[in-house]
Amino acid sequence: MSDFLRGALSGTPADREAKKQQLMEGVRNQVALQSAQTLINKITDNCFEKCVTKPGTSLGGSEERCLGQCMERYMEAFTVVSRAYTNRIAKERQSQLLNTGGVALH
Amino acid sequence: MSAQTDEALEKELASFLEQETAKSQVQSSIHTLTDMCWKKCVTGSIGARFARSEEGCLVNCVDRFLDSSLFIIQKVEEARKQAGGQ
Repeated sequence: MSDFLRGALSGTPADREAKKQQLMEGVRNQVALQSAQTLINKITDNCFEKCVTKPGTSLGGSEERCLGQCMERYMEAFTVVSRAYTNRIAKERQSQLLNTGGVALH
Repeated sequence: MSAQTDEALEKELASFLEQETAKSQVQSSIHTLTDMCWKKCVTGSIGARFARSEEGCLVNCVDRFLDSSLFIIQKVEEARKQAGGQ
């Protein structure tokens, strides 16, 4: 085991278990945080592009309304794309399994 | 609680990290696809709801992108086989 892990996960078995859970929780949080940050950046880019076509001296009411709706639409698009992507990947994996398994179903 | 050996712990953490890396890569692909398909499909003004056609376009966009990806891999594979004289 690396020195880093040996140091980070030292102590009694209960200690080690708690530290392990903490480490895993930290990694999960980092992954989620990174995805959330990417989403916010993409929303800002795409909705600024769409809603603030001629930047004035301040954001107008209609621009703010557009940004609000755009944000909701973008998150909806993310959900739609996410579902389509995972469905497709599952389908590809299944057909690959059938092919490599040498099972002729058709 | 039974003590976990260093080796078992290391294995568990390695497979956990592999899973999280894979999850992060899938998320990143979905972000790229959403960005790309948003630009292609959401071309009108922003409404309170998606138009039916926009949602359909997003789904088609994902599937056609993956078709394109598979198609290109197949072409490269063919070219590689021909070059190899097999």
